[in-house]
Amino acid sequence: MNLRLKNNIAVSDSGFVFNPSTGDSFSINPVGIDIIQLLRASKSEHDIIEDLSERYDADTQTIEKDLYDFFTLLLQHQLAEKA
Amino acid sequence: MEKKRYERPVIASLNAGITNKFGTRNLNEPISHIDGASIKEITEQYGSPVFILSERKIRQLYRDAYRAFSTRYPKVQFAWSYKTNYLNAVCNVFHQEGSWAEVVSIFEYEKALANGVEGRHILFNGPEKTESDLRKAIEHESLIHIDHFDELYLLLEISESLKKRPRVAIRVNMDTGIYPMWDRFGFNYESGQAWDAINKIILTNKLDLVGLHCHIGTFMLSANAYAVAASKLADLALGIKLHHKQNIEYLDLGGGFASKNTLKGSFLPGADTIPSFDDYAEAICGTLLNAGFTRENLPMLILETGRALVDEAGFLASSVVANKRLSDGRKALVLDAGVNILFTSFWYEHKMTPVEPASHHTEASVVYGPLCMNIDVVRESVTLPPLRKNDLVLIHTVGAYNMTQWMQFIAMRPAVVMIDPEGKTHLLRRAEKTDDLNAMESMPEHLQSFSLA
Ligand SMILES: Cc1ncc(COP(=O)(O)O)c(C=O)c1O
Repeated sequence: MNLRLKNNIAVSDSGFVFNPSTGDSFSINPVGIDIIQLLRASKSEHDIIEDLSERYDADTQTIEKDLYDFFTLLLQHQLAEKA
Repeated sequence: MEKKRYERPVIASLNAGITNKFGTRNLNEPISHIDGASIKEITEQYGSPVFILSERKIRQLYRDAYRAFSTRYPKVQFAWSYKTNYLNAVCNVFHQEGSWAEVVSIFEYEKALANGVEGRHILFNGPEKTESDLRKAIEHESLIHIDHFDELYLLLEISESLKKRPRVAIRVNMDTGIYPMWDRFGFNYESGQAWDAINKIILTNKLDLVGLHCHIGTFMLSANAYAVAASKLADLALGIKLHHKQNIEYLDLGGGFASKNTLKGSFLPGADTIPSFDDYAEAICGTLLNAGFTRENLPMLILETGRALVDEAGFLASSVVANKRLSDGRKALVLDAGVNILFTSFWYEHKMTPVEPASHHTEASVVYGPLCMNIDVVRESVTLPPLRKNDLVLIHTVGAYNMTQWMQFIAMRPAVVMIDPEGKTHLLRRAEKTDDLNAMESMPEHLQSFSLA
């Protein structure tokens, strides 16, 4: 599944996410920030997994599993939509 | 380039999460060691899940409780309530501290004897004591707490046939302003039933009535209820002195002090709201000292405190089996420890902390155990950092009742270890094996073989 981040979403380096269209704010951890930045750069699911596994001490299976879950949350919070 | 430590990506809504984020923040700090022993190493050696008991904490709780009472009253005696946790090593820590034994079945009675407690230091409670149980208790000169008239009459018969005078107390139930009132055990105070039992014992003159006992309930959040109970027991004792010219040697106020757990549905954590040992002691000792006993006739105060002396000393280390997302969007965590070994999760919101270092990002999760059962919910909602499969979680304040009410259902009972005051780990009970269970079964001849197509 590939996601497209909604383009007005604001993300700070400290992990603060704001969605101006709903007024909701969120806190997000460093791996989550990386994923958001990669989505912003229009990276595919495959590229994101590859990128994260190069940077972090986790196997691709774990990353893939967690990414699916994270995508579900981004959709649920209306921060992204299916591409 | 060295890789960064990975943590599952999480995003938490701040709108809904304000209280979680700030209110309970410090509850989630990782705890990797107990009394200097590494939790991770314990699970590597003894498996997961595993119960961990802190000997140092047990002794500290006992000494705090003992100090609260002994600084207010001259004759105080604790009796360890076996059913709360009857692992022999746990019992012996209490016996080393000076506790007698309080038992409610012959099985517990035999455990106490085998641990080396003399019969005269064992209080035998409970509604079901058979004739042979009573004979044994009389032979060993234990203190028998009579629960009902059938038991009283049986004791009268046995004492005649043994030509011995058993040392007895009666259990009294009463209204202490607490609902529900536990009136199914013992003889009622308000109705005069307790007096009927006392008169029967004294007038038949075959048993020595040495004590009066009550146990008004468990996890009692009102210290004042104990003041009421103490005054009613004192009233009976003074009445016995007045009418029968007999001294009662001890008043036993039972157990029931709350431990530092949080009851389900409480707004504040239990640790902030429950009465302290000092509160309970003030209520009980103040009442007894002012009840009207002369200094020589002041009865010994016995306490059968259970959960408040061991709950906080017990931990359950458990591993994450799976992470799930429920259909309504909630996060779910599946652990390898469920309600089969954590009976108290039906009453308490057990505190849970990660064992490995974690970020400050947290998520609210429902926590399930490993059973194929809908009721297997360890916490309905707890705030934890993102955890990975096989990460360890420490469940707190589980020392009371879990290691006695656990069941072998679907999964077997895990190992229990104790950390001694020097930080050394000792196995108290090994994990159960399939062979242990099969050893108790037998197979009828005609069912021994079959062939499946
Ligand atoms: C007779 C008696 N004494 C003592 C206890 C210990 O109670 P707690 O663990 O609430 O202190 C119990 C437990 O129910 C009991 O029935």
